[in-house]
Amino acid sequence: MSKLVLKNIGKSYGDFDAVKDFSLELAKGEFVSLLGPSGCGKTTTLRMIAGFMPPTSGTIEIDGQVLSSPAGVVPPEKRGMSMIFQSYAIWPNMTVGQNVGFGLEVRKLPRAEIERRVDRILEVVQLSPLKGRYPAELSGGQQQRVALARAIVVEPEVLLLDEPLSNLDANLREEMRFEIRRLHDEFKITTVYVTHDQSEAMVTSDRIVVMNKGRIEQIDPPHILYGKPKSRFVAGFIGRTNFVERDGGTYSLRPQAIGLSAVRPAANAVEADVVGRSYLGEYWDYLAKPLGETKPLRVSTGPNSLFDVGQRVWLEIDPAAMVRVEQ
Amino acid sequence: MTAVAQDYSPTRRARIGGWDSTWLLWIAIIAVLLFLVVSPFVHLVVTSFQAERTGAFTFQNYATAYGRARYVDALFNSLQLGAGAALLAGVLAVPLAWGCSRTNMPGRGFVRMLVLATFITPPYTGAVAWILLAGPNAGWLNRIFMMLTGAEAGPFNIYSFPGLVVVIALYSFPYIFIFTSAALELVSSEMEDAANILGAGAWRTMRKVTLPLAIPAILGGLIICFLEAIALFASPAMIAIPARFNVVTTQLFQFFGNPVRVEVAAAYAMPLLGVTVLLVLVQRLLTHRKSFATLTGKGGERRPIDLGAGRWAMFGYAMLVASLSVFLPYIFLIQAAFSKAWGRGFSLENITFRNFHFVLFEHATAAQSVWNSFLYAGVAATAGVIITLGVAYIVARRLVPFGGILAFLCVAPFVIPGVVLAIGFYAAYAPPPLALYGTATILILAFTTRFLPIGYVNASAAIRSVNPEMEEAVRVLGGSRLTALRRVVAPLLKRNLLGAWLLIFIPATRELSSAIFLYGPGTKVVSVMIFDMSEEGNFEYLAALALILQVLTLPLLYIGQRALGRDFMLRRNAT
Repeated sequence: MSKLVLKNIGKSYGDFDAVKDFSLELAKGEFVSLLGPSGCGKTTTLRMIAGFMPPTSGTIEIDGQVLSSPAGVVPPEKRGMSMIFQSYAIWPNMTVGQNVGFGLEVRKLPRAEIERRVDRILEVVQLSPLKGRYPAELSGGQQQRVALARAIVVEPEVLLLDEPLSNLDANLREEMRFEIRRLHDEFKITTVYVTHDQSEAMVTSDRIVVMNKGRIEQIDPPHILYGKPKSRFVAGFIGRTNFVERDGGTYSLRPQAIGLSAVRPAANAVEADVVGRSYLGEYWDYLAKPLGETKPLRVSTGPNSLFDVGQRVWLEIDPAAMVRVEQ
Repeated sequence: MTAVAQDYSPTRRARIGGWDSTWLLWIAIIAVLLFLVVSPFVHLVVTSFQAERTGAFTFQNYATAYGRARYVDALFNSLQLGAGAALLAGVLAVPLAWGCSRTNMPGRGFVRMLVLATFITPPYTGAVAWILLAGPNAGWLNRIFMMLTGAEAGPFNIYSFPGLVVVIALYSFPYIFIFTSAALELVSSEMEDAANILGAGAWRTMRKVTLPLAIPAILGGLIICFLEAIALFASPAMIAIPARFNVVTTQLFQFFGNPVRVEVAAAYAMPLLGVTVLLVLVQRLLTHRKSFATLTGKGGERRPIDLGAGRWAMFGYAMLVASLSVFLPYIFLIQAAFSKAWGRGFSLENITFRNFHFVLFEHATAAQSVWNSFLYAGVAATAGVIITLGVAYIVARRLVPFGGILAFLCVAPFVIPGVVLAIGFYAAYAPPPLALYGTATILILAFTTRFLPIGYVNASAAIRSVNPEMEEAVRVLGGSRLTALRRVVAPLLKRNLLGAWLLIFIPATRELSSAIFLYGPGTKVVSVMIFDMSEEGNFEYLAALALILQVLTLPLLYIGQRALGRDFMLRRNAT
């Protein structure tokens, strides 16, 4: 049976639909991301799962029990969930240890048991030496770890994360997304993760829900989402792509799926001019305009393939890499 | 991790919907605000249309209230008094505010301290000090003048219209100072630099750039000052009555004297109420206008303007103002408090501690009145903080629809002058069944209502400083809203709430204008005691009592400054 089920959830404010007809089932222990640009309804969905706002239509169930419906909502404190907030929401008036132990205290665990579990989780997130410190004395990354420890230590039914890495600098962000996945692999908590950063979603998730304007565009594991985007929006939002119009349809063609060579290859090749290029260290990003076309294509090559702007080249396109997308 | 957690996880079996306790709280707060704010106001208006004994509908009260020329004159006297006092206060305050917040005037911290000293001096204490200074013949300034010039009489007479204007302006200019400083501190140096670079000197820049940007705030301060002046009871009662003219508040007091004609008083209070409501609206419009928005953004960098040698002239002006509001008044108050007879001047054999001993231990009610003031102020401040905190929380977290009404009721007393509020309380709660007239309860209720707006402004600012996610984190981990309030919100707001409490408590210990209409024999507060002593002419005892009140305030100021910063009373949300 599914752990968490969202059935036709909707949230509207007057005429405006923040979320519309959103359905999703999470298996026990599954990690699912809600991914989309700001204002797409992903945070609204998460807050409805947490119980902070009632849906205007649809239901939310855990283990088959209805927690939210337009008729009413089981309050957040009765849902047995945990949440990590964008601002971390670490309580500045409590030490690291008190922050992490709070949820256990509310659950009325014996003192010694609380201490034991707090020590154990602080070890897992590598914060043991900071147990007695106050949050003001911690770095952003350390605060983030406190938030993680505090949410995980209660072994919640469902863990919710609301853009938890958006306040960290780039290096730390990369480190923390592996950390989040590592913790998930260790504790197997059913998780919903909200982000607008596709690489965060791809590193952490079993499946990704791509959202746009309050609706679901596609739900799939990361590699399928990238390889077989269903809509123009998904293809454009996940990674970079070229859109090619052919036979009355639109096709997505990833820059990596195009080969670039100075001499004519065997088959399926198109002659083109290099009209622009940028070097990004790990790869070259070329703009090549096929002869007779007006729109250049983006082509990614290894860092050692060197072509000059203005050079005549051959583009090698694998027809299987062309994915038809809906408008 | 082990799987034991399951046993302890919060019960998810709770029913959907169910009774929400926030509604109960909401209803309770509504009831309290109806009692504190709406009911006195409604009674005030209704009473003004009721015949004295029968309670039948009538316009007679209005006919009586405005039937004599001298009653109507008192209205115009109040308007003139307000305008005069506000303008003079502006002249005193604006240069000081500019000097303190934007220039390199020496001793800026000291000047701010003196403004604070002025601010915590009750108007009646200031008025008494000025009677000692500028009473005809016996006043110290007149005696010094006669001594220096050999003239027969001194030029100063406090018992006059200009005398009253000066005394009121001297103790209400801190309002304008607070408003103007707050605005000037938001004008960035870059705006002034832009003028400088185009060739404007310091003086021209101030006149053309800085001042115009601060003008809405200055006008706002002038309006508050005007309202303060027309609502004031003590200084006019001490000065205008001997000078044989009346203002609205003294006239109201006479309607309230034996026999109490509360219906006529209510009718006569209407113009005061109307003018206040109107001007508060104007003031809100001024400070919320678009042009003022430039001042609310980030201030940017601020550097003090170099006044050159002029900085000493600036400092001199500040010292002149401080001499009139602090130095001279306190020198002669202290002299009176430690004298056998204040008129005998500074000499060793005139020094005595008897006055303090008398008011503290011998006088029948003086010591009791100090205790009453602090007790009532303490209860009122506590109640005020709790009520406004509850409302601010409900409004900020949008817990109920129409929370804005609660907020409105909390700030509404701001437009009700103290004397008018007292008449409303008298009309509402003096008659049976409550029959609260003269009780501690009615004084505490009136004080609570009077200072609700200060409480609300501070409580609401405090609540808005707490990220809602702090509470959501508690709730999602299984804590109730109450747990969140108790374990996270309250500890985070400790300082702010202490500040709000002090900002109510300190003025409440000095409150006269509402107390004078509501106190009874056993519930005299220190302000009423001081007022009585001035009527009896006991200036030595009075000075001793007034100084005791000031000294008792010092530890509170110290606590407030430790918790909230040195100028906690001189910020805009203090008024």
